[in-house]
Amino acid sequence: MKLKLTLLAALAAAVIIAFLFVDLPHNWDYALPRRLKKVLAIALTGGAIAYATLIFQTMTNNRILTPNIIGLDSLYMLIQTFVIFAFGVVSLPSTNQNVNFGLTVGIMLLFVGVLYRLIFKREGNNLFFLLLVGLVMGTMFGSMSTFMQVLIDPNDFLIVQGKMFASFNNVNTKLLLLSVIVIAGVALYASRFSKYLDVLSLGKEHAVNLGIPYNFVVKNLLVIVAILIAVSTALVGPIAFLGLLVVNLAYQFMRTYRHRILIPGSMLISIIALVGGQLIVEQVFTFETTVSVIINFIGGAYFLYLLLRESKA
Amino acid sequence: MIEVKGVSKAYGGKPVVDNVSLTIREGCVTSFIGPNGAGKSTLLSIISRLLQKDGGEVLIDGRDVAQWKSTELAKKISILKQSNHVNLRLTVRELVSFGRFPYSQGKLTKEDWSKVDEAIAYMDLSDLQHKFLDQLSGGQNQRAFIAMVIAQNTDYILLDEPLNNLDMKHSVQIMKVLRRLTEELGKTIIIVIHDINFASCYSDYIVALKDGRIVKEGPTETIIDSAVLQHIYDMDIPIELINGNRIGVYFK
Repeated sequence: MKLKLTLLAALAAAVIIAFLFVDLPHNWDYALPRRLKKVLAIALTGGAIAYATLIFQTMTNNRILTPNIIGLDSLYMLIQTFVIFAFGVVSLPSTNQNVNFGLTVGIMLLFVGVLYRLIFKREGNNLFFLLLVGLVMGTMFGSMSTFMQVLIDPNDFLIVQGKMFASFNNVNTKLLLLSVIVIAGVALYASRFSKYLDVLSLGKEHAVNLGIPYNFVVKNLLVIVAILIAVSTALVGPIAFLGLLVVNLAYQFMRTYRHRILIPGSMLISIIALVGGQLIVEQVFTFETTVSVIINFIGGAYFLYLLLRESKA
Repeated sequence: MIEVKGVSKAYGGKPVVDNVSLTIREGCVTSFIGPNGAGKSTLLSIISRLLQKDGGEVLIDGRDVAQWKSTELAKKISILKQSNHVNLRLTVRELVSFGRFPYSQGKLTKEDWSKVDEAIAYMDLSDLQHKFLDQLSGGQNQRAFIAMVIAQNTDYILLDEPLNNLDMKHSVQIMKVLRRLTEELGKTIIIVIHDINFASCYSDYIVALKDGRIVKEGPTETIIDSAVLQHIYDMDIPIELINGNRIGVYFK
């Protein structure tokens, strides 16, 4: 187990070094800091998405769900579309990254908060009911975005389209720093729940039987997942799909149920996939495609494989 | 001591458990019997805090269930539901070690592992302890889950239809283990059970439920009685005395 983790860590380090130094131009004092920043953004969001997806799957006892299902990705697209639809391309929330980031994170957290209050206020607070409502809301957000997208100017639409895919190319340094602080804070808070994760994966009844304050833990984990997804999506765009891929790969590769190993394992795989993907995008495709296209393609194929395997078992 | 006072639970306006009061005797096997839909499993789930009740209270050692700290309560009372499918790929030994979570919070000490070994030996699973759960038969799986509950080492053990889907041999084996647990370790055991003859042969007390209410409760011989069973199940169940056990012959 230790060996596998070390192997992953070495591979991640190798990919990062390759990303930093392959084809580094002579005036490296400009290129290197830019690449460093990019790698930091990738590692941060990749790690956050992997962690969020892992604990989300543990909470729901379902290996083919992603936190996407609450509709945060669709909400992100709705906000981006609406900003351009209502205020135009040159408006402050569209051009100023800080304003856009604050707005997006704010609205996403507000949405999760409202969803959460509505559902957990009633008795019989059911996690799956929340997911179902989130799924319906997500579809509605998607339809609303499409509606606005067909109405706006085709040139404006190109701007919207650019936001549909995760991109690490223009990450704002200040926002990156802020995200690092927020995500580190959340991770620190989440660590007090980490001892419960193995037991949670046995299912609700066993978890309650073994003395886990189930509702308290699940509500807290849900908020943690929401913050991690909201911050990473607002920083680089929709990449939550990645989580499904890397967490399942981690399960297959590590062959354990222990979160102490699964958490670092899935985060490392996530970083390898993202940095490696970005490396391919830059060196092989010379920026003609985006990393999310590659990841969605591989992820989609893998998802089909999972479904086929589940139906056989 | 477990005291149930005026507990009620309704689903969509329809009462499933209706103002039930009950005191469970310590160091005994108590069986809940009754027809389908009588509220046996619901009552068991409420006692073990898996389900929220609409009214009434459940006192465990004189303190309301809601006032217990979750971890402390998990050292007092354990519950095993009838379907125990787990999504994870676990070995028997790993599953049993989860029973120590209330004591160790995941960091098992030497003492915890010796309790795990004891539980495995108690359920006669030593040969199977490194097998994965999905490689085992239904009966072996059930034994593994019971071993987990034994490792949890609680005073009260609640089991919801522990004989479900088991053949005669495994059923007898599990009921014998439950008896041993009360006689050797002084555990208090409550089971929900459908087979009145198993209830008759292995329990000290029987609580008969019907339509969410307690019809009758008392020592086994007072419940396993034609007139009483007629009232509970609406069918004629003649009782024969075979080798000192009261057996209901209801098959024809």
